[in-house]
Amino acid sequence: MPKRVLLGLLLACGLMAPALAQEPKTGGVINAVIQPEPPGLMLAMIQNGPTQMVSGNIFEGLLRYSPKLEPQPELAESWSVSEDAKTYTFKLRKGVTWHDGKPFTAADVLFSIEMLKQTHARARTNLAQVDKVEAPDDYTVVFTLKQPFGPFLGIFEVGSMPMVPKHLYEGTDFKTNPYNNAPVGTGPFMFKEWQKGSFIRLVKNPNYYEKGKPYIDEIYWQIIPDAAARSVAYETGKVDVLPGGSVENFDVPRLSKLKDTCVTGAGWEFFSPLAWLWLNNRQGPLADKRVRQAIMFAIDRDFAKDVIWNGLGKVATGPSSSAIKYYTDDVKKYPYDPAKAKALLKEAGYKGEKIRLLPLAYGETWQRWGEAVKQNLQDVGMNIETIATDVAGGNQKIGDWDYDIAFTYLYQYGDPALGVGRNYISSNIAKGQIFNNVEGYVNPEIDQLFADGAIATPDSKRKEIYEKAQKILVEDVPVAWMLELQFPTITRCKVKNLITTGIGVNDGFKDAWLDK
Amino acid sequence: MLSFVAQRVLKGVIVLLAIVVLNFFLIRLAPGDPAVVMAGEAGASDQVFVKQLREKFGLDKPLPEQLFIYVKGVVSLDLGFSFRQQAPVAKLIGERLPATLLLTLTAFAISLALGVLFGTFAARFAGTFLDTAITVFALIFYAMPIFWVALMGILLFSVTMDWLPSFGYETVGANYTGLAHAVDVAKHLIMPAMTLGLFFMATYTRMTRASMLEVKRLDFVKTARAKGLSDAVIQRRHVLRNALLPVVTLAGVHSGTLIGGAVITETVFAWPGIGRLMYDALLQRDYNLLLGVFVICSAMVLIFNLITDLVYRLVDPRIEFAS
Repeated sequence: MPKRVLLGLLLACGLMAPALAQEPKTGGVINAVIQPEPPGLMLAMIQNGPTQMVSGNIFEGLLRYSPKLEPQPELAESWSVSEDAKTYTFKLRKGVTWHDGKPFTAADVLFSIEMLKQTHARARTNLAQVDKVEAPDDYTVVFTLKQPFGPFLGIFEVGSMPMVPKHLYEGTDFKTNPYNNAPVGTGPFMFKEWQKGSFIRLVKNPNYYEKGKPYIDEIYWQIIPDAAARSVAYETGKVDVLPGGSVENFDVPRLSKLKDTCVTGAGWEFFSPLAWLWLNNRQGPLADKRVRQAIMFAIDRDFAKDVIWNGLGKVATGPSSSAIKYYTDDVKKYPYDPAKAKALLKEAGYKGEKIRLLPLAYGETWQRWGEAVKQNLQDVGMNIETIATDVAGGNQKIGDWDYDIAFTYLYQYGDPALGVGRNYISSNIAKGQIFNNVEGYVNPEIDQLFADGAIATPDSKRKEIYEKAQKILVEDVPVAWMLELQFPTITRCKVKNLITTGIGVNDGFKDAWLDK
Repeated sequence: MLSFVAQRVLKGVIVLLAIVVLNFFLIRLAPGDPAVVMAGEAGASDQVFVKQLREKFGLDKPLPEQLFIYVKGVVSLDLGFSFRQQAPVAKLIGERLPATLLLTLTAFAISLALGVLFGTFAARFAGTFLDTAITVFALIFYAMPIFWVALMGILLFSVTMDWLPSFGYETVGANYTGLAHAVDVAKHLIMPAMTLGLFFMATYTRMTRASMLEVKRLDFVKTARAKGLSDAVIQRRHVLRNALLPVVTLAGVHSGTLIGGAVITETVFAWPGIGRLMYDALLQRDYNLLLGVFVICSAMVLIFNLITDLVYRLVDPRIEFAS
């Protein structure tokens, strides 16, 4: 078995993570890499990956999620659901204070929800199901839904619904509020300093409500824009933590072998990034289902996993990642079979029409993957032209439907209603927008299934609906699913307990400690 | 001399405005909507959200109106607001400019000093092994891509020998002050400045060598020699001084190119300067920030060119200012 495959298996099983339970030690500094430099740290207004990674230490949500995506207490210490599944009552933790000393109460939750509706696209979509939110007392918040919404308990993690201090934001222009540059949260670490282009420094919150936590004194997020330089920074001992995606994949096996280095693929369960190829269903040969199926058969996805992704990740079976709810692998299979691909192309009457392929401008790994896919498709007789572009240019082309095949990867957010349906339902077709149904797939049955799935109760009913949807989609191939990606987190082994929940490094370092 | 400087400054302002207008349209010709980039994965599929972002940053207004607003701002020294970083552009550039100036001026000094020194030696010993060795040395650095030299430097001096830090402006968390801080910054500066400087050093070496050999053949050198002046004096006072004119011209032209080289150097060495700011702004279609960086870089080129003209006069007093 090739070493990289073995590494992948070990990562998948989490065997390389230290397993022995030890008593946490306090003190010390963690140097971590952040890439790219976040545009800001105000999580309620900026939701990109680097912002979440740093600000997940400063802000908190009402809930956290275990690696199995079960809700756990954070700012809410308990919750209950009414029998008709329309009323959710959260009991807030008492004794929680903002970093400036003011108490955190239900009024902050109500304000945060109103603010997020204006500034946070995902929160707004999730909250569209809410009819009203009330605070009967300072430590109780009641959400009343318009109708039952299956994934409702899955929308409260810090990145999806961060709590914002009402006393600092109410009545201000959110865009220019000075606290955007010095964020104040309830989290285990407080913002201290940001030297633009160099580092962001967070320090321990001495008044954190979980006594004894956090264990670490300071976190330095080092900003190093070049991937090779990030590898060297780890190799020369200048940083201790390389969060997933910090280094090129081909560097992972080399860094993993360094002394006192631990690697884990855990911490991506909530996001479950799934890579696929957008296929423009509207025009040309790709409008024919048989051509799209041929593409699935033509691409050697095991090669991509083993060679390009160094054995990390998993070959995708369909629109849902295996990490999220209601996944099924009982769907049509597309093994690597060039002969079958050729036969399907012939049957569809493909005559060598030019097909434009847009790779993803996210670095070397994606570039190589683009080349491999091009080669696979050319091998079965497809006439592929690669279009070079940067991220912004590529987004525009995809949003304008000016492409034939385009690489992407999207998050699943733990539930088909939150992260899957948006890519296939016809009401999400809108020219000029990206990350929705840009492939132009229209199937009323699928629309109905996703509409029913979101509101169905109990869970067994949802399971049935989403399994049916997966079967139909995999038969229709509106997009070509490639891999469930796994971005390994590389750390010095002395950094313990860094990843404890389903959102990994993004959930803050409150449980982490250094074994000095 | 004062009227010369005043005239040049006035012309510079006009050129700067022309650069702003040209760049304004050029940047907008690039495909990619800044509102979509800003919205990210979570928001880009939400039409209302993207529309709100466009309105918030005035991106929905007609282009001429956007240009008018921008130029009006520039004239009153307001470089606008960065969409992406949600901060005034002038503030963002102000935070980064000192680091870039430190890097580029050090690189400039290294390249000029080494280039003139090596060029002089090569000309002095033209046709010998030393001349060939210097030429080959210079050509190697001229031919190698900056990022490759940078990576090789990191591999050798950081990873293998552990002499120099591989990234950053200072040791984060060390909190050095005074002399210790200066030494720390200098240690971080050596590799990026050498990487950037060695590339330009090669050009100055070649230029100095060629120019000196040409001047050596001129009549006034023969006269000096006939007068019995020593070879060292002739080289220093007569040949080098005259041979430096084309080098000074080239150095003026290079002031702009140096910033371009700084984009790569700053990225590889995580140097917190405006080169990286420019790169990020370009990828994110942060129009105002990108334009702001262009304005500052263009202003720097104009200033460098003015200084070049003044240096010209110092090197050769026969050159008149007025014309």
